[in-house]
Amino acid sequence: MLMLADSQFSSRLFTGTGKFSCSKTMVASIEASGSQLVTMAMKRIDLKTASDDILAPLKASGVKLLPNTSGARNAQEAVFVAELSREVLGTSWVKLEIHPDPKYLMPDPIETLKAAKMLCDKGFVVLPYVHADPVLCRHLEEVGCAAVMPLGSPIGSNQGLATQTFLKIIIEQANIPVVVDAGIGAPSHAMQAMEMGASAVLVNTAIASSRDPVAMARCFESAVSAGRDAYLAGLGVTSCYAQQTSPQKPLTAFLES
Amino acid sequence: MSFYDELSSLPREQLKLSLYSIGPKEVESALVSSEGSLSSLMALLSPAAEPYIEQMAVRAKEITRRRFGTNIGMYLPLYLSNLCANECDYCGFSMSNKLKRKSLTSDELKQEISIIKRQGFDSILLVSGEHETKVGIDYFASMLPLVKKQFSYVAMEVQPLREDEYKHLVNLGLDAVMLYQETYNPTTYQEHHTRGNKQDYRYRVDSPERIARAGVDKIGLGVLLGLDDWRFDALMLGYHLHYLERHFWRCRYSLSLPRLRPCTGGITPKMPLTDKGLVQLICAFRLFNQQLEISLSTREPASLRDNLYGLGVTHISAGSSTEPGGYSNPQRQLNQFEISDDRSVSETVSAMVAKGYIPVWKDWQSEWINLS
Repeated sequence: MLMLADSQFSSRLFTGTGKFSCSKTMVASIEASGSQLVTMAMKRIDLKTASDDILAPLKASGVKLLPNTSGARNAQEAVFVAELSREVLGTSWVKLEIHPDPKYLMPDPIETLKAAKMLCDKGFVVLPYVHADPVLCRHLEEVGCAAVMPLGSPIGSNQGLATQTFLKIIIEQANIPVVVDAGIGAPSHAMQAMEMGASAVLVNTAIASSRDPVAMARCFESAVSAGRDAYLAGLGVTSCYAQQTSPQKPLTAFLES
Repeated sequence: MSFYDELSSLPREQLKLSLYSIGPKEVESALVSSEGSLSSLMALLSPAAEPYIEQMAVRAKEITRRRFGTNIGMYLPLYLSNLCANECDYCGFSMSNKLKRKSLTSDELKQEISIIKRQGFDSILLVSGEHETKVGIDYFASMLPLVKKQFSYVAMEVQPLREDEYKHLVNLGLDAVMLYQETYNPTTYQEHHTRGNKQDYRYRVDSPERIARAGVDKIGLGVLLGLDDWRFDALMLGYHLHYLERHFWRCRYSLSLPRLRPCTGGITPKMPLTDKGLVQLICAFRLFNQQLEISLSTREPASLRDNLYGLGVTHISAGSSTEPGGYSNPQRQLNQFEISDDRSVSETVSAMVAKGYIPVWKDWQSEWINLS
C-alpha cells in the first residue's frame, strides 16, 4: 500500500483526464487502469454549470480527485488556483504545476518552490510537478510537500525516462513518495520507473492518445504492478562478477607478511 | 523520528544473527552492486566476506580513486586540555588516572599553533577531555578565534554540546565536529563509562543531529573498535550514517575507525580487530558510501598506514602529539593514548609520495561560508 499524506492507495498508477475522445472513454479507461488518484486541470472545469462533462462522471466513479494548477505561470497564480479548487471541490490536495514556457511546458523550479511553501503553510497537501532535480526535491521535501513528482521527459512527449540518472538519485534520497510524472509513453517506461523504486507513476497521454485507451490502461496497470513486484523482489545486478584480476601484486599482500 | 528511536526499535538479535549467517552468494552480490545499501554493508562486514578481502580492496581502490583521486587530506590534532570529569576505562584521560592535568592558556595555544603552522598544516583538530566547568563552551569560545586566525579548517573533538552552543562555535569559525559513539551497544556502553556526563548514552547518540542542525559542515562518526563486537558496532555505525545522510543532506560525513590501544590503566579489547579486519572494515565502508571521508590516525603503525592509502582512507594525521602542549614541549606523560606511527611529518609525506599519493594541506576557504 502506498501512503500519501493521510491516504492509502493500493494502485500505484495515477492517471489524468486530458486528451480523451469523450468522457465515456475517459471513465472506462480510468476504471480499467485501477487508478485511485486522478488529476484534472482546474482551468478545464466549468465552474458555472453543475453538469460538467469531466467532473460529474469522475465524481460518480469514486476516485480521489487531484486538481492541478496547470496554466498557472507563477506562484501567485498557482496559489489562487489551489484555493479555488479547495473551495469548489472541497479537497486540499493539489498537484502544483507552474509552466511559464508554453512550448515545452517545462516546470519553473523557482516559482514552484515558492508556491509549494505558501501552499504547505496554508495546509494543502502539495504534490509538485518538477524537473528531475535532486536538490530541488530536497527543498520541496523540507517545505512540507507530501510527495515530489519529477518528470521522466517533456510532458506529453512519450519519450520515457530521459532523466533516469537523476530520478535514481531522487528516489535514493527522498523521505517522501516519488511519483514519476510526464513523458511515460509506454508500459515498459512505467515498469522501468517502478523497478527503480519509484513510489508511483502518473500516466495520461500514453493512455488517452492510444488507439484503444481502455486496453492501454489495462496494460499500464499490469506494468506498474509487475514493476513494483520486481523492485520488492530485488533486481539482479547487471554487471558480471567483480574483476578478480589484481595488479601485479595483490593490494592486500601486506596482510600476509 | 530521531536516530535514537530508530536504533531502539531495530531487532538487534535478529540483525546479529543475519550478520553471522551470511553466505558467499550475498557477499558476491554486494561486491558487484553499484549502490551501497545497508544489506550490502552487512554482507561485506560479515565473516563470510573475509575470503573476498582482495576483491573488496580492488573495488574500494577503484571507487576511492574515482572520487578522491590520489589526494590525502592532512590534519593534525591539537590537544587543548586533558582535564576530564569522566571515568572511561579505556582512556588515559580518565578522572581517576594519576596524571598531570593541564589546559592550554592562550599564550601556550599560540605557541603550539606557530609550531604546527611551520609544518604546513592548515586543517586542525582541537581535542580535549570532557570537563564541563573548566573546559566548557566559554573556554572553547575564547580559544577558537585564535585558532581560526591561523587555520582554514577547524574541527573539534570534545564533549557533546547543546545545539545553541554548537551554533555559537560555528559563528566563531568551527567547521567540523568529531563525536564518536564508542559503541552502539547500550549495555557495553554503560560498563565502560562509569562516571560523568558521558554516562548518558542517549545524549551522545542524539549529538550528531544537534550538530547537523547547528549548521556544522562536517560530522565525524566512529566507534572504538574492540570495546564490543566490532562487526555489529560497525553495522550500527552504517545505520547511523545512513540516517544522518537522509535527514541532513547539507552535511559532509567522515568516519574514524580507531582500534582500542593500550593506555595508562587501560583495558584489553573484548573482541580484538586484526589488521585484516581493519582492511575489511575500511573497504566495506568505501563500497557502502563512495563520498564518505575516512580518516586514519597515528594510532596505527607506519607500515600499515602506508598500505591503506587508496583502499578508502582519505585523511591522515602525521607527527601527532596526544598531550596538551606536546608540540612545543613533548613530555609523553600526559598522553591520551600511545602513538604507534611516530614518524615525523616529512617522513610520513615522503613515504606517501613514494606510493603515488599527494598530501593536500589546504582544501577550504572559510571566508566563503556564513557570508551573511
